[in-house]
Amino acid sequence: MTDSTNPSAPPSLGPSRRAWLRFKRNRLGFWSLVIFCTLVVLSLFAEVISNDKPLVVRYQGQFYYPLVNDYPETTFGGDFLTPTDYLDPFIREKINADGNWAIFPINPYGANTLNYFAKEPNPSRPTRDNWLGTDDRGRDLLAQLIYGFRLNVLFGLALTVIGVFLGVLTGAIQGFFGGKTDLFFQRFIEVWTSMPELYLLIIFSAVFAPSVSLLLILLSLFGWMGLSDYVRAEFLRNRQMDYVRAARALGVDNWRIMWRHILPNSMTPVVSFLPFRMSAAILALTSLDFLGLGVPPGTPSLGELLSQGKNSIDAWWISLSTFAVLVVTLLLLTFMGDALRDALDPRKAAQ
Amino acid sequence: MSTAALLEVKGLQVAFGGKTVVRGVDFNIQAGEKLALVGESGSGKTVTALSLLKLALNADVQGQARFDGQDLMQLSERQLRGVRGSDIAMIFQEPMTALNPLYTVGNQIAEVLQLKQALSARDALQAAVELIAKTGIPEAARRAQAYPHQLSGGQRQRAMIAMALACKPRLLLADEPTTALDVTVRGQILDLLTDLQRETGMAVLLITHDLHLVRKFADRVAVMEQGHLVEQGPVDTVFANPQHAYTRKLLASRPERNVVERLAATDNAAPSAVIEAAAVNVAYPVPLPGFKGWFRQGQFDAVKNANFVLRPGLTLGIVGESGSGKSTLALAALGLLPFTGALHLTGQTWSRDAQANKALRRAVQVVFQDPFSSLSPRMTVEEIVGEGLVVHAPELNAAARRSQVLKALEEVGLDEVQFPGLLARYPHEFSGGQRQRLAVARALIVQPQVLVLDEPTSALDVTIQKQVLALLQRLQREKGLSYLLITHDVDVIRAMAHDVIVMKDGDIVESGTVEQVLDAPQNPYTQRLVAAAQ
Repeated sequence: MTDSTNPSAPPSLGPSRRAWLRFKRNRLGFWSLVIFCTLVVLSLFAEVISNDKPLVVRYQGQFYYPLVNDYPETTFGGDFLTPTDYLDPFIREKINADGNWAIFPINPYGANTLNYFAKEPNPSRPTRDNWLGTDDRGRDLLAQLIYGFRLNVLFGLALTVIGVFLGVLTGAIQGFFGGKTDLFFQRFIEVWTSMPELYLLIIFSAVFAPSVSLLLILLSLFGWMGLSDYVRAEFLRNRQMDYVRAARALGVDNWRIMWRHILPNSMTPVVSFLPFRMSAAILALTSLDFLGLGVPPGTPSLGELLSQGKNSIDAWWISLSTFAVLVVTLLLLTFMGDALRDALDPRKAAQ
Repeated sequence: MSTAALLEVKGLQVAFGGKTVVRGVDFNIQAGEKLALVGESGSGKTVTALSLLKLALNADVQGQARFDGQDLMQLSERQLRGVRGSDIAMIFQEPMTALNPLYTVGNQIAEVLQLKQALSARDALQAAVELIAKTGIPEAARRAQAYPHQLSGGQRQRAMIAMALACKPRLLLADEPTTALDVTVRGQILDLLTDLQRETGMAVLLITHDLHLVRKFADRVAVMEQGHLVEQGPVDTVFANPQHAYTRKLLASRPERNVVERLAATDNAAPSAVIEAAAVNVAYPVPLPGFKGWFRQGQFDAVKNANFVLRPGLTLGIVGESGSGKSTLALAALGLLPFTGALHLTGQTWSRDAQANKALRRAVQVVFQDPFSSLSPRMTVEEIVGEGLVVHAPELNAAARRSQVLKALEEVGLDEVQFPGLLARYPHEFSGGQRQRLAVARALIVQPQVLVLDEPTSALDVTIQKQVLALLQRLQREKGLSYLLITHDVDVIRAMAHDVIVMKDGDIVESGTVEQVLDAPQNPYTQRLVAAAQ
């Protein structure tokens, strides 16, 4: 250590920027991130990709937007005032005749669309109409997978965000204040951890009407303890550091010390666990759905499809394609997690 | 054949991942000779020693090292294991980490004897006890049963030496053997090494940055700078007549006194004080052993009944060894630890209310020892230095704050010309001395009256230490700052302080002006401390 570090060199990048560059250098992790983000963004537009309503209809010189408005069948020359079933061959004919036209999504089925006009018995194997086949009620499998993927990923994301928020908050308070606060919280966490999560879920699903938000709240209540311990340990370590003492000597208040000084230096375990936590959250929802304790019936979800696959074992396309989606999702998250862990590892950083 | 050196190193080059750290080093050690390898951190002196035994991990080593005729670099790992320990032994800087915490020291020494000399377990343990006795640890038989954490730092280093000498090596590599120890213990360990060397006639390669040590111990000295061996020769010749510019710089690195001396008149006319401590006590709660600890906590008195006065514009040095309570006293003075007794800083005292303390926080600032842990690695220079203004001058806008930050940085000798984009840089881009300057700038920006300096230069190399002390002296002259200087280094006290208090085990054992305490110490402990620094 001499006092002659190359002074004329331009200022180098901040720690997080350098970590990002190291992350990018891991091709597998980087491309996993790109693919995963693409898939998530695409699934956010699921209504445009897979829907039983056309995007635009031109009928007798007028434009109709069935995605936004519901039109009765009589609009297109049908007999009833019920909402139009655009898969009805009669309506199809009307819409496509006499210079009328309609633009359908790539996959013309919604998540709960029953194909009453299927040419095969349910569950139907993959056909020209249903690319991945249908389930035992005649719902298109591809549509179910798209909507199910969206639900699972968004649920996992929400669960992770809430878990991180609670975990960081409680861990920070325990680690920073220490002493009696820490002692109390630790005992509370021990009591809380010993509650049987699955039984609570069963009880709650009997008492309340099952819904996604109820499930989110219940799982969040038990999803923050692991992270809390890591953050607590980091805070306990970092609050001893001289830079925290120096900040105290400057008269910086506790919240600012926690937020500006300790938290940025304690985020490594939080960030490197994010993808793993998210895959665990996705898996949790999937397994609850598989057991029938998860989202309400009729909601498209990967776990529900898996249990359908189990029930109709001959319909190999159900279990196989659901399994494939699940494996790809979890694999992408795991690759991202590996890359992130390497990027944030100070020992690898030195090389 | 008789003139052949015991160890002959030729063109030694060591690289880590393409980065060369040792660039072609040549030196010889005769049998029974004491050679000191001197240099600052990063000069490659430790790596040189480690690579002689191929102990440097992932290193690309080239060159020759002939030990007793055979080239160590050509030996297989298996052959090298035969050399390590029995022909060439090594002792390390930090005996706490060099000894295995799970085995008693007796066991660890006996293991070496069993492996290398094929002694039976019982004979080996007996021999280990004798070795421990030889290194001057009292009650050797009982101490052999102790685990490393049960021994004091000095005793641990003695046990390390006993282990290294177990197989009567012909060459001992001693890597900073006294650096981690207290000053008074250093002398004892050095005497022990000298005695053992005389007795066994082994050669010693002493790696150190401490020139006192070299002068006392070595026959010849080799000076390293950035991987090059720039000068070597007999100690007397090199010290009396250094040839290389770097050697001269190293020898001239003893800190110089350049402070405003106290005016004689102020002694009589009841002078004002910026810090006045009367009967200050600091105690830590400690767990009691056994089931007693379930119900109540014990108490460790870190500072007992401390009285001192810091005069405006002057420096009060607090000197003591590790565990003497000097840093605890500093933290209490900063209001970061609860204490009892009266402590008045610029007429006020610390209260429990954070708001009430705010003005006082501005008046008393601090610089810590370790420049690597005292700056948050995730904040930029602007954020670090500007933080005090955010707290104490929230009315300033970003531009005004930035100009003040630049001014503070300029005062400590850091500017945009030297470091383009200085404000956006992160601490990891600066060297130890530069980081310490940043820490000083962070403290100065709120214009304090008192600066608590907690071992401000202990983690720095000697030449850098001199620069940082000169900076502190200049700031005191220009701004009339008062310093509360905590250090274990008598040289630093001599250069900086006007008044001194000496602490041992929480007590102030001696206090007075720097001349009184250092030139005519009364307390036996002070006398030992001063003598050790000669």
